[in-house]
Amino acid sequence: MYPADLKYTKDHEWVRIAGAEAQVGITDYAQKQLGDIVYLELPEVGRQIRKGEVFGTIESVKAVSELYAPVSGEVSQVNSSLTQKPEAVNKDPHGSWMIALKVSDPGETSDLFDAAKYTELTK
Amino acid sequence: MQGTQPIQAKYRGVRGAKPLGLIMSLPAPTSLKKTPLNARHRALGARMVEFGGWDMPVEYSGIVDEHMAVRTRAGLFDVSHMGEIEIAGGEALKAVQHITSNDAAKLAVGQIQYSALTTPQGTFVDDVLVYKLADGHFMLVVNASNIIKDFNWITEHIAEQGDAVAVNTSSRYALLALQGPSSRDVLQTLTAADLSGLKYYWFTTGEVASVRCTISRTGYTGEDGFEVFVPPASADRVWNAILTAGQSAGVVPAGLGARDTLRLEASMRLYGNDMDETTTVVEADLGWIVGWKKQEFLGQDVLQSQKAEGPRRKLVGFEMLDRAIARHGYDVYIDGAHAGTVTSGTQTPFLKKAIGMAYLPTDRSVPGTEFEVEIRGRRAQATVVPMPFYKRQK
Repeated sequence: MYPADLKYTKDHEWVRIAGAEAQVGITDYAQKQLGDIVYLELPEVGRQIRKGEVFGTIESVKAVSELYAPVSGEVSQVNSSLTQKPEAVNKDPHGSWMIALKVSDPGETSDLFDAAKYTELTK
Repeated sequence: MQGTQPIQAKYRGVRGAKPLGLIMSLPAPTSLKKTPLNARHRALGARMVEFGGWDMPVEYSGIVDEHMAVRTRAGLFDVSHMGEIEIAGGEALKAVQHITSNDAAKLAVGQIQYSALTTPQGTFVDDVLVYKLADGHFMLVVNASNIIKDFNWITEHIAEQGDAVAVNTSSRYALLALQGPSSRDVLQTLTAADLSGLKYYWFTTGEVASVRCTISRTGYTGEDGFEVFVPPASADRVWNAILTAGQSAGVVPAGLGARDTLRLEASMRLYGNDMDETTTVVEADLGWIVGWKKQEFLGQDVLQSQKAEGPRRKLVGFEMLDRAIARHGYDVYIDGAHAGTVTSGTQTPFLKKAIGMAYLPTDRSVPGTEFEVEIRGRRAQATVVPMPFYKRQK
């Protein structure tokens, strides 16, 4: 059920790498744990973010969580339509990208999990 | 909703998640108390959390779903963790009058009132429902996390009131709450008791699904509804009967998550969040549960002088003006100065607004007063609004 074209973090973010750009979102496991998502706060385009750094905040009815960057880079796009309807993350977590990063160090992806490993992790 | 717990062990992210109020926590299950419906909740796929020492369902299909079901149809809650303390004897009324703020002399047999167990300082030991079971026999329904504290407090403070004894009868009852506009029609199919004739804040006894129960027209959601006291051994039978009877009406099981968002929309206070032993009944803006003409009760002098002079601070309802959600414990600022804290706050499913409650200086508690809430290092604008946030159409 976890798409094979994505890489995953132990913190339950996913990253879709296409050339020098990486889209980032949270996994189905994460959205299930959070429950009904009602708020999403994302960074400005142009911000430099390091791997592991907080890039935003997501809130469900009952919880507040921080979002962590799976790779380093400059924010090249922000999905502002998603901040208007954050409940879309519950319905389609792997299709709901939050930000895109211009990847500064492609080598950083080596320690991310593939779909099979991530599925194991969340069992 | 005290004792926010760390996120459940298996889920370490979205990392750094700060649990607030009712959240996914899963401490050692062996140490937690279980209601008679525990296995049923797990079979229904509920997400379970620790609450007040109990292993309780926080959600089944989802908080928003369950919240909307209660506002538009009905939801069934297991609230068996709530406690019951009975006070009986020739001087039971005198004893209840001494320890609670409201005027229990006004109760007829079969009637219920919302009240406070007060300290001599006029603050809350707990907030309670007082049931008059018979002349000289009352039952207090108390918060789960306060059962032992309340029982000890009551025993100590009724000792000098004469012929009255308190008994903790919590283990004798499972408590099911059927809440929502369809509640009456659904429950009526299972009982011969005349539910249409049962007024709000009255109770009766009768069989529900052939089980002898106490049926109370009360709740904690802002909707019409019933709370049914059931012998623990029959809890599963009554629970299933209600869900089956309510299937075509769209009745769903509902958890503590929806219970919290529903009660907040209805501006009902939550002990441990919105009031506790440091806040008085007048400050909590619950003057209507004080029997002002009563002869005597604990904390009466403090409450009377606060009423006469006006309290220094007051619990208010607010709405966020900026796009942000205020939560329990966040700091409040007026004109740049710290002015209080948020006691409850969330994004509510029915009103679709970020609302909350906070203690503000009384001179800044008027609707329309703007203030700021500090949310992750930033200040967000909020404004005082009248409560209740939500009131059902009668």
